[in-house]
Amino acid sequence: MRYLLMICTDESAIGALSPEEGSAMLAEYGKFGEEMTERGVLRDGARLRPTTDATTVRVRDGEVLLADGPFAETKEQVGGYFLVDCKDLDEAIEIASKIPGAQHGTIEVRPIWEM
Amino acid sequence: MGDVTAAVEAAVGRAFRDEWGRIVATLIRVTGDWDLAEECAQDAFARALERWGRDGVPRNPGAWLTTTARNRALDRVRRAQVESTKYRQVAIVSNSDDAHVDNDAVNGIGDDRLTLMFTCCHPALSLEAQVALTLRTLAGLTTAEIARAFLVPEPTMAKRLVRAKAKIRNAGIPYRVPPAHLLPERTDAVLAVLYLLFNEGYSATAGADHIRQRLCFEAVELTRTLAALMPDEPEASGLLALMLLHDARRDARVDAAGDLVPLGEQDRTRWDHDTIAEGSARLEAALRRGEVGPYQVQAAIAACHATAPDAAATDWEQIVRLYDRLAELQPTPVVELNRAVAVAMAHGPAAGLRMVDELASSGMLAGYRLLPATRADLLRRMQRRDEAAAAYEAALALAATDAERRYLSRRLTEVTGRRAPTP
Repeated sequence: MRYLLMICTDESAIGALSPEEGSAMLAEYGKFGEEMTERGVLRDGARLRPTTDATTVRVRDGEVLLADGPFAETKEQVGGYFLVDCKDLDEAIEIASKIPGAQHGTIEVRPIWEM
Repeated sequence: MGDVTAAVEAAVGRAFRDEWGRIVATLIRVTGDWDLAEECAQDAFARALERWGRDGVPRNPGAWLTTTARNRALDRVRRAQVESTKYRQVAIVSNSDDAHVDNDAVNGIGDDRLTLMFTCCHPALSLEAQVALTLRTLAGLTTAEIARAFLVPEPTMAKRLVRAKAKIRNAGIPYRVPPAHLLPERTDAVLAVLYLLFNEGYSATAGADHIRQRLCFEAVELTRTLAALMPDEPEASGLLALMLLHDARRDARVDAAGDLVPLGEQDRTRWDHDTIAEGSARLEAALRRGEVGPYQVQAAIAACHATAPDAAATDWEQIVRLYDRLAELQPTPVVELNRAVAVAMAHGPAAGLRMVDELASSGMLAGYRLLPATRADLLRRMQRRDEAAAAYEAALALAATDAERRYLSRRLTEVTGRRAPTP
């Protein structure tokens, strides 16, 4: 089954990391990515730019409405994701628990709606 | 003729209690479809009522029901297969599986109920959903009965069950007994659901809807099954012992007027001594494995009470030692409060009150009704009447049931010498 693992973290805390801490975090993600690639479950994944770079798009009555910033102001924002293909929810949970962001943020595990 | 009908109904009723969960569990494994499994199990019991009256009760009712339900399921799967070649059960149902099911049913081995228990109690489901699914699929309660037991409208409960089953299917919750590395925490989750069921039933006093009281029975039976299927898990036996030792005292907890009777004042001849003996034996067998856990310790505490010939003979020193152990295993403020009660019984109310006051000032049990109630009882025993009265009033404001309110009002009257205002 395919699952989208959304990494929700407090981006202001991540923005406040020192350069050393920042590169340590990236190294952890690198290690996680390698491990999961080797295991053959990783299909895709990326880090997202912070919500200050986000644009919200709506179309109402044929008009494209734009807004600066995210859809909702919350303490935790989606800062990245992994798309994995694994056996079942238990394996997806196990993979999610190994994402470095799980140590301080939250990972939302969403099954892909297969068509 | 009436006797025959009654005998058949009794046989089907017995088979329902003994076999429902096993049949549903097997059909879920075979078909992968929870609704289909329930429907076909139901069909099989309806057919048993009709056929057993005509042909007699089969030698092995469980095997008859399993075979009938499975054939019905296969029939429906095949028909759906014809309608849609994409139907996903196609690959799962194979002829070799058929033979397997037959053997299981006849030999009584390969019990799928354990798998079903672990799946119903998967922590990715809400606790409410876990409880509802367990009662529906394993105990065979109807949606209406479960709704009544948990005091929610039937459509709410129906929606809860539909959502839970949809999540199992859509989120890919596996139908299996978890592998070794997940087993301890998942077993804890199953035990927690069963204990919750028991407590829901146990807190329902006389006069409450009968179905709430039946939760105790269902919890005991499911825990008995779990303990039999997990003989290497002493906490399952420990929980069973704990339930039995509490259940044995059920009738004595409430007097004829429906008022709560504190443990020390209960008529011990009304305790069910056979059940106490069974609980004690279960506990001893569990403790012999040398892997103590919180349920075994709580059962040991319950056994201290249940086996004391009278209240004065209660071994409070031993109970304090057991609470010390429980506090190590489960360092929660509620355990600490219970430990304080035991200390008060063993070493006098002042020692207990010190612990209770410490807990109160920590604020960890703010709003917990048994905190002021316990404080009030200790102050009463120390003859600090004014403080006791204030604590009883605080407890009354938080009381959960009428029986509890009546008990607290009675105590308040005792310490103030006047009647309590009726809330």
